[in-house]
Amino acid sequence: MKYSKEILISLYRTMLRIRTAEESLVEPILNGEIRTPVHLYSGEEAIAAGLCANLNHSDYIFGNHRSHGHYLAKGGDMGAMIAEIYGKEGGCSRGRGGSMHLIDPENGVMGIVPIVAGTISLALGAALASKIRKDKKVVVSFFGDGATGEGVLYESLNFAALKKLPIIFACENNLYSTHLPISEIRVNEKIYETAKPFGIESYRVDGNNVLDVLDSSKNAIDKCRNNQGPVFIEFLTYRFRGHVGPDDNIQGSHVDIRPKDEIEKWLKKDPIQHLKEIMIKNHVLSDLDFSNLHHEINKEVKDATHYALNSNYPNPSDLLKYVYTK
Amino acid sequence: MSILNRKLAYSLAINETLKQIMERDKEVLLIGQGVKSPWYVGNTCQDLIELFGEERVIDTPISENAMTGAAVGASIVGMKAIIMHPRIDFSLYAFDPIINQAANWSYMNGGRASAPVVFWLVINRAGEQAAQHSQALYSLFAHIPGLKVIAPSNAYDVKGLLTSAINDPDPVVFIDDRWLYGIEDFVPEELYELPIGKGIIKSPGNDITLVSSSFLTSECTAATEILKSQKISVELIDLRSIKPLDLDLIFNSVKKTGRLVIVDGSWKSNSIASEISASVNENLLGHLKSPVFRLNLPDAPAPASRTLEAEYYITKEKIIEAVRNTLL
Repeated sequence: MKYSKEILISLYRTMLRIRTAEESLVEPILNGEIRTPVHLYSGEEAIAAGLCANLNHSDYIFGNHRSHGHYLAKGGDMGAMIAEIYGKEGGCSRGRGGSMHLIDPENGVMGIVPIVAGTISLALGAALASKIRKDKKVVVSFFGDGATGEGVLYESLNFAALKKLPIIFACENNLYSTHLPISEIRVNEKIYETAKPFGIESYRVDGNNVLDVLDSSKNAIDKCRNNQGPVFIEFLTYRFRGHVGPDDNIQGSHVDIRPKDEIEKWLKKDPIQHLKEIMIKNHVLSDLDFSNLHHEINKEVKDATHYALNSNYPNPSDLLKYVYTK
Repeated sequence: MSILNRKLAYSLAINETLKQIMERDKEVLLIGQGVKSPWYVGNTCQDLIELFGEERVIDTPISENAMTGAAVGASIVGMKAIIMHPRIDFSLYAFDPIINQAANWSYMNGGRASAPVVFWLVINRAGEQAAQHSQALYSLFAHIPGLKVIAPSNAYDVKGLLTSAINDPDPVVFIDDRWLYGIEDFVPEELYELPIGKGIIKSPGNDITLVSSSFLTSECTAATEILKSQKISVELIDLRSIKPLDLDLIFNSVKKTGRLVIVDGSWKSNSIASEISASVNENLLGHLKSPVFRLNLPDAPAPASRTLEAEYYITKEKIIEAVRNTLL
C-alpha cells in the first residue's frame, strides 16, 4: 500500500465531516429553519478532500455556490459555516452572506460566490499576486461544468498560460448545469480538452476516487509551486442531492429530475464507501475504529449546530454595517 | 525639496502619482490594456514599465472581464491593484468583477475581507468617435452600494484623489476624462491625499449655486468668470467625488443662494444631477427661490457627425444660459 495510514484516515475523516455536516442540513432545510439556498456537496467529497490534502495552510482556494466541502476541507471552521447557513451573527460572514458566501481568510478560503464562474478571475488575480510576491502560494479555482459556458473561463485560461501562473483550474463535472444534462450544453463532453489549445496541461480524473484525486492534484500542485503552472483538471463526479436543497423539488414535488437508474449507478460509487472498502481491505481501521470515528464526527457536527443555534441573529440596527470598510 | 508653485499637466500628475506610489509601495500593481502604448493612455503611464518592470505593470490581452477580475482577486489577497480601462465603454465587459464581486465583497463577507482595488476608467470621447467610444457613465457606477466614485477636475485634485483611492480599503472607481489631460495646474511634488466624499467651493458667490465635477468644472469656471463680469455672483462647487456625494456642502450653499444649477456630463435620466436635485428638493424646498435646473447631455447616444456632436455636448455658453434662465 503506497499510502500511509495517517493520510487514509485523514482523507476519510475530511470526507465524512463534509458528508455529515451536509446531511445534517437536510431536515432544517425541509422544515424551514434554514432559508438560504443550500447547494449540498454530498457525493462530491473526494474532490475537496483529495485536493486540499495537498495544499499548504497558506495556499488559497476560491469556490462557488456548492462550496461547503471546499471550505471545510481547506480548514474552515464548521461552527462558523453552519451558523452562517442559519443566518447568524456568529457565522463566518456574520450572517450577511448565507450558504453561498463562505469565507475564512485565515485558513486560505478567500472567496466563495454563486455567480457562475465569478471567482475564476479572482483566483487568477490571487495567482498573479503569488507570482509577483514570489511567495510560492498555489491557488485553486473550483468551478463546475456549468461554468464552462462562461467566457471569463477562457479569458482566464489564456492569461494564466501566458503568465505561467500557479493556479489549478479544478472543474468539478457533475454532469448537470443546474437542470440541464451536459449533452445539452456542449458538443464535446470532455471538458479538460478545452484547456489544451491554451497550452495548459489538462486531464480528467475520477472525482469519486479520493486517491486518484490525491495523486493527480499532488502532481498539479507541485508543478504550480515550481513555476510550471497552470494545470487544468476535470474531476468527473455526481451530486447525490438536488441542484439546490435536498432534492430538485420542482413545484413542491420533492423529486429528482435526473433518471433513476443514473442516480442509482452513481450512488454505488459513493466516494466515502469506496475509501472505506480500501481501508478495510488493507486493515487500516477496525470496525470499532470506524465506529469511534463516526461517533466523533457526529459529535463535532452536533456541537457545531449547537453553536449555530445558540448564536444570535444580526441586530436589525446593524443593517448598514460593512457596506464599506470605513 | 518641493518646488513652490510648480505647474504640471493633469495627465502628468497621474503619472507622477503612480510613480511615487509604486516606488513607495511594492504591493501596488497596475494592470491595463495599453499601459505600454501612448496611443491608449497618453503619457499617464510613461516610464512605469522601465521603473517597476513588466511583472507589476502589465499590458494585457483584450480580456476586460478576466483582467478586471484578476485585479480584484489580487486586491482580495492584499495587493493594491489598479485596473485601467483606456475607454470606459469597454469596462462594461467587466460589470461582474466590479459590481457583483468587488462592490459586494465587504458586505457579503460580513466585513471579514474587502477588495481595495481601483478601477481607472477613462472617458475618451468626441472627434466623431460616436456611441461606443464616448460614454460618460458616472451614475452607473455611483448607483452601486460598496463602490466609491471619484471624478477629479484638475491636476491638483487628481493627484490627491488618486492617492486616496489607492490607499482606500474599499473599491474605488476613478472616472478620468481625457479632455483634462493637457490642462496644467499647481501640483505639489510630494504625495498628498484629498478626502473621498468631500467637495470644494471653487469660487464663493451669493446669487446662485453651480455644481459640477470632472471636466465640466473647467467650463463652469469659465462661465463663472463671464457671469461675474455681468454682475452675477455664482458659487461654484466642484464635487470631486460623486459617491459619496458631499450633500452638506451643496445644502449649505443652496441655503445661502436659494438657486441651484447642476452641470452633469452624462445623460439626464437617473443621473448624478437627478440625485442632487431630489436630495435638495427633499431637504431644502423652503429655501428654493426657483426650481432646480439640471444641465445634462440629452438622453441619446453620442453621435459621430460634427454638426450633431456640437449640439450634443455641454459648453460654457449652455451653462451661462442655464444660470441666467434660473435667475429670471
